Amino acid sequence: MNIIEVDRVSKQYSGHKALDEVSLSVPEGSVYGLLGPNGAGKTTLIRIINHITAPDSGSVTFDGHKLCEEDMARIGYLPEERGLYKKMTVGEQAIFFARLKGLSRQEAISELRKWFDRFGIADWWGRKVEELSKGMAQKVQFIVTVLHKPKLLIFDEPFSGFDPINANLLRDEILRLRDEGSTIIFSTHNMASVEEICDHITLINKSHNILSGRVDDLRREWADGHYSLTYTDADPTTFMETLSPLAGTFATSVDTRGRNVLDLRLAPGATLRDLIARANEASTLHSVNEAVASMNDIFISAVKANDPNTLL
Amino acid sequence: MSKVSIIIGREYAERVKKKSFIFTTILMPIFMLALMAIPTLVVLMGGTDTRTVTVYDPEGIIAPQLVNSDNVEYVIATQSVDTVAPSEGTTLLMIPRGLVGKDQPLRLLADEAASMMLEGEISSQVERIVEEERMKVYSVDVKSIMDAVESDLSVNTVRTDRDKTTSSGLSYALGFILTFLLYMILLLYGQMVMTSIIEEKNNRVLEIVVSSVKPTGLMLGKICGIGLVAVTQIVIWAVLIVAMSAFVMPALLPADVAADITSINSGMGAPTQSALDSDFLAALAVIADPTYVLTLFGILLLFLIGGFLLYSAVFAAIGSAVDNIQDASQLQTVAMLPIILGIVFGMMAAGDPTSSIAVWTSIIPFTSPMVMMARIPYGIPSWQIILSLVLLYASFLASVWVAAKIYRVGIFMYGKKPTVKELIRWARYK
Repeated sequence: MNIIEVDRVSKQYSGHKALDEVSLSVPEGSVYGLLGPNGAGKTTLIRIINHITAPDSGSVTFDGHKLCEEDMARIGYLPEERGLYKKMTVGEQAIFFARLKGLSRQEAISELRKWFDRFGIADWWGRKVEELSKGMAQKVQFIVTVLHKPKLLIFDEPFSGFDPINANLLRDEILRLRDEGSTIIFSTHNMASVEEICDHITLINKSHNILSGRVDDLRREWADGHYSLTYTDADPTTFMETLSPLAGTFATSVDTRGRNVLDLRLAPGATLRDLIARANEASTLHSVNEAVASMNDIFISAVKANDPNTLL
Repeated sequence: MSKVSIIIGREYAERVKKKSFIFTTILMPIFMLALMAIPTLVVLMGGTDTRTVTVYDPEGIIAPQLVNSDNVEYVIATQSVDTVAPSEGTTLLMIPRGLVGKDQPLRLLADEAASMMLEGEISSQVERIVEEERMKVYSVDVKSIMDAVESDLSVNTVRTDRDKTTSSGLSYALGFILTFLLYMILLLYGQMVMTSIIEEKNNRVLEIVVSSVKPTGLMLGKICGIGLVAVTQIVIWAVLIVAMSAFVMPALLPADVAADITSINSGMGAPTQSALDSDFLAALAVIADPTYVLTLFGILLLFLIGGFLLYSAVFAAIGSAVDNIQDASQLQTVAMLPIILGIVFGMMAAGDPTSSIAVWTSIIPFTSPMVMMARIPYGIPSWQIILSLVLLYASFLASVWVAAKIYRVGIFMYGKKPTVKELIRWARYK
């Protein structure tokens, strides 16, 4: 069961296409990573899923029905650019946002008490937001986002502005919310955190969905036929030419001990045995390793493959 | 409870709880009253300081005819000029010989600066006496002729379509004040809507709010919340003024003045025999009549709300489109210009309420709230007021509709300052 289905959604802003026929499905109970370089269209997509802006064409299905205004109360959104009313007290502010999400004042207060106790910030209740530090305000903002127990949570760069201890606290809370049944959409540039907590990802570049799938599958696919050769006694250019019938070359570099490293992918039909044999003839071969696919590699190579002119 | 009303509640509470709001709301009427009361008090206080002027008149023609006034007391010197030395605190007036035959300057010996008022008082009295003396030569009693032909008239317009005596002077003043009040409120509260939207956009709280409420709902909530603050302020002022007119005024006024006012308010017209100026009496009569004050405030509120809604929608659209107040200044002229035109036409209408330009600008929305408030104290046909209100509220709906479309796009636009042309294009987006 998918909680969100985005079907061929397009959105145009004065002369610029922010999203072009983007489709994706977010399985219920997953942590779904929404990745992409700056300006790729992630924020626009998030706003459409949030029912803040409407798509020009295409449709969004939420929990089996067409996304509508009532669903806003079942979604929690933490935008990348955080903001609270500076002159309001923490408590009044949290109650205000909770009521906007459909909670009564009493429900809001009792839920807030729980969260404030959990985060150890009960004594902030009467303080004005302008008196809080950035990190403190972030915590309040997080509570405001999750207070109404939304079915779907959308976090845009949730860890920015948190120190490592609080970032860990936050990560644990996010995973706990998933275990309690919420689905989480997670937009970030931080690939390490994607590997750590995401089950699925979609990579958006230049208004298109260029890569979608389970993190495990993507990493396995990417690693498949992907090797790293360490060699000496050969000119990198000639070496690459020698191997070119057997492989598509990805990158050449020099390791810490001054040896040449070649990352490559086997060409269709070629075997590792042939590759090693030929490499061994042309150079002194030190090691052949199956590449470990990090999300970072996948991200960069997918963006490059999609648009070779991108500067990364 | 609907989301818009939660927004309204927040906007309202945030402003009404502010110290500056409580301060201006309570102190403004007191300040205005003080401003009106001070001249009266000064006049009342000023009369106590009397100066004694010793007059030396060798011919004895002028001095006996000098009349003591509130400020000056004349004493005729009995000794010769040489022995009359100005003692401390006294002033000596020397009347030259042959003054009746030929104008000569008077000499005033004083041990302190003589005031303009004192010099004016002396010269006007002496001039009068000299003129009378000179007239005696022609053996004509000019004084009794002048007394017989002198005239001092005031106009009491009795409106045949209303049952009350009015004074144009009062209507003018009232129209002027109401127009100005409306102008101030439209401008201040309209800009309040704009800055509050810019602030929300700037500190990014907006994005969180619109993930719970549709942008249009947020905009309407904000406009209504701030509008309620304006209404609250006006109502508090009205209550203060009505309370004053109902309880404080009758207690303060002397009995004979109160009787005159009662006679005006009961429709008998201004009393012909009265110690006071009829315009002044009419003004007192209006302030002392709670029903009239209430009606006026009722109409004021209707125009205030309509005008505010119309303009605040424009201000909201502008606020949504820019990132900071500096960028707003240029676009703001779009909203400011009609308000300023409104007060200009309003001032004209306060002077001439039935001219065709006054009538038209009081019916066309944008200028209508201000111009209409200038005309209303004169008493104008109800159909004009109703037509003006209907047009005003209809154009408010249109402006909110357009503003909401611009707002929806504008709040997510950061960076470049948009032009009016771009705003129009945003309004056309699906």
